[in-house]
Amino acid sequence: MSEGARIGQGRAQLVATIIISVVILFWTLLPIYNMIIVAMEPKDAVFSGSPWPRDLTFVNFWTVFTQNFWYLSHFWRQMLNSLIIALVTSVLVIAIGTITSFAIHRLKLRFGFLLSNAALLSYAIPLSFLAIPFYKILNTYGLLNTLWAVIIVEVTFASPYAIFIFSQYSTSIPMELDEAARIDGATVPQIFRRIFLPLMMPAIVAVGTYSLLLAWNEYLYAFLLLSSETEITVPVALGHFLSSDDSPWNILMAAALVYSIPPLIIYYMTRNRMTTGMTIGGVKG
Amino acid sequence: MNWRKSRPQQNQAASASLRGARLPADEPLASHRFSPENLWGIAFILPYLAVFCLFVIYPIGYGLWLGLRLESFEALFSDPIYWRTVVNTLLLIIVGVNLKMFLALLLSGFFLQRYRLMPLLLLIFILPWAMPSIPTFIAVRWLLNSQWGLINNVIWAGWQVDGPGWLTDPTLAMGGVIVFYIWKWLPFWTVIFIAGRTAIPEDLYEAGRVDGANKIELFRYVTFPMMASLYLICTVLSMIWTLGDYNTVRFITGGGPTLSTHVLATLGIRDAFEIGEPSVGMAAVISALPVLVPLVVLLVWRMNKERVQL
Repeated sequence: MSEGARIGQGRAQLVATIIISVVILFWTLLPIYNMIIVAMEPKDAVFSGSPWPRDLTFVNFWTVFTQNFWYLSHFWRQMLNSLIIALVTSVLVIAIGTITSFAIHRLKLRFGFLLSNAALLSYAIPLSFLAIPFYKILNTYGLLNTLWAVIIVEVTFASPYAIFIFSQYSTSIPMELDEAARIDGATVPQIFRRIFLPLMMPAIVAVGTYSLLLAWNEYLYAFLLLSSETEITVPVALGHFLSSDDSPWNILMAAALVYSIPPLIIYYMTRNRMTTGMTIGGVKG
Repeated sequence: MNWRKSRPQQNQAASASLRGARLPADEPLASHRFSPENLWGIAFILPYLAVFCLFVIYPIGYGLWLGLRLESFEALFSDPIYWRTVVNTLLLIIVGVNLKMFLALLLSGFFLQRYRLMPLLLLIFILPWAMPSIPTFIAVRWLLNSQWGLINNVIWAGWQVDGPGWLTDPTLAMGGVIVFYIWKWLPFWTVIFIAGRTAIPEDLYEAGRVDGANKIELFRYVTFPMMASLYLICTVLSMIWTLGDYNTVRFITGGGPTLSTHVLATLGIRDAFEIGEPSVGMAAVISALPVLVPLVVLLVWRMNKERVQL
C-alpha cells in the first residue's frame, strides 16, 4: 500500500468515526437531554409544544429539596429508605458471599460444589418470576411494608452473584498462604480474617458496589412489598406520579434526576474496579 | 463459573499433602468429619443455606403449587391478550436481544479504536445503563408522548404535521419498547465485549496481518472465532434476564395501548395484583418455562464445555 493511500484510508476512517460518534452521542443523550430540560422548565413550558427549552429554572429542584409538593412530601424519608435498603443489602451480601465462598473453596467442604451450583442456578432465575410467591410468603411472615422485606429479596438475588465472583477471585489467592498460616497455628476464623478478607478486597469492592446499585435501583419488589408513604422508596414514589393524568412532569423529572445522581457518582468512582469485577477471568474459551 | 474446578483443586491439596510434613488437622479434610475445618465450613455455609431454602426453594415450590392448576391455565389461555403477550415476549427476546448483542459486538470494536476522545465517548455512552432504570424509562415515556413529547414537538416545528402516536398505536408502542430496551442495555454488553476483545492476544492479529488479511478478514477469522463462545453465552444470559424484564414495558407503555404491549413478566404481575388472580399470574410465569428451562440448560452446558468465565 502506498503512503498516500494509507493516509487517505486513515482520514476516511477518522471521518467515519466522527460520523458514528455523532450518531452515538445523539442516540445516547436524546432521552437524557429531554429529561434534564423538562426538569428545568416551568409547567406551562412543559405543555407548550415548543421543541426548544424555554424559561429554564432550578425552581423544580427546589420544590423537590423542600418536599413542597404533595407527591413528594416524604421525599427525603424515601431517599433514606432507598439508602438503608442499599447499605444493609450490600453488607449482608458481602458477609454471606465471603463466608460461603471461603467455606466452599478454602475449607473444601465435601458437598460445597453442590451449593455453588445451586447458587448459580438461582442466579439464572429471572427476579420478577418469583414476585407472586414472595409477596405471599413475606405476607405470612408479617414482613410486608417493612424495609426488611425488600432487603431479604435483594440479598436472595445478589448473593449467588457474590458467591460466584468471590469463588472465581479466590482461586487467584495461593492455597499455600492458608497452609502456612495453619502450620503457624492460626485458627480458621483467623485465616478468614487475616488472609482471606484482605486479599479479597478488590472483589469485595466490586460486589459491594454491584449490590448497592442493584438494591438502590430496585422497583418491582419495593412497589409490591412496601405501601405506606413513609416506607416506600424513591422509584415507587416516582411511579405514583404516573397514575394521574396531568402529572407534573417537570417536578417528576427533577426528583428522578436527584435520585439518579448518587448511583451515578458511585458507578463512575468505582468504574475501573467494577469492570474488572464483572469480567474477572475474562474469556478463556 | 467453573464447575469442575473444585475437583482438580482437591487433587492439588491431596498431592501437596504428600509432599510436606503436615499437622494432623492438615490431612485430606474429607476424612475428618469433625475436624475444625469441616465444622467451621458447615457453620459458614449455614447462612446462605438458610437463605437458599427459605427464599429460593420455598418460593419456587410455592409458586409452582400455586400456578400448576388446570383451571388457572384454562383462564390464562382463554384470555385474549395472552397470545399477544407471548408474541411480544418472543419479539423482545429474539429480535430485541439479538439486535442488541450484534450492535454491542460491532460497537465494542468501534470503542477500541485508538483515538484520544474514545474513552470519553464511552463514558457518555454508558450513561443510559449507569442511571437507574425508572428515571430513564420515565424519560423515554415522556419523549414518546404524542402530544407533548420532544419527538413530536420537533416534527410539528419542522413540518407542521402531527407526529405519529408513538404510544397509542400498538405496533409503534411495541417498536418503541424494543428500541429503548436496546438503548438501555446496549452499553452493558458493549462493555462486556470490549473486555472480551481486549483478552484476545494481539499476536493473532499480527499473524493475520503478516498473512495479508484485511480488516473484514481479521474480524471473520480472528475476532469472531475468539468471541464466539462469549457471544453465545452472553446472548443466552441476556435472553434469560430479558424474559424477566418488568420495568421496560411497565414504564414505557404501561402495557398499553389496550393491553397490547404486555410481556409475560408484566402480565403475571397484572393478573396477580391488579386482577387479583395470583394463580393465573403464576400460570403466566410458568408458561415461560418451556423457553426458560432450555435456555438455562444451554447456558450451563456451554459454560461447562467452554470453561468461559463471566
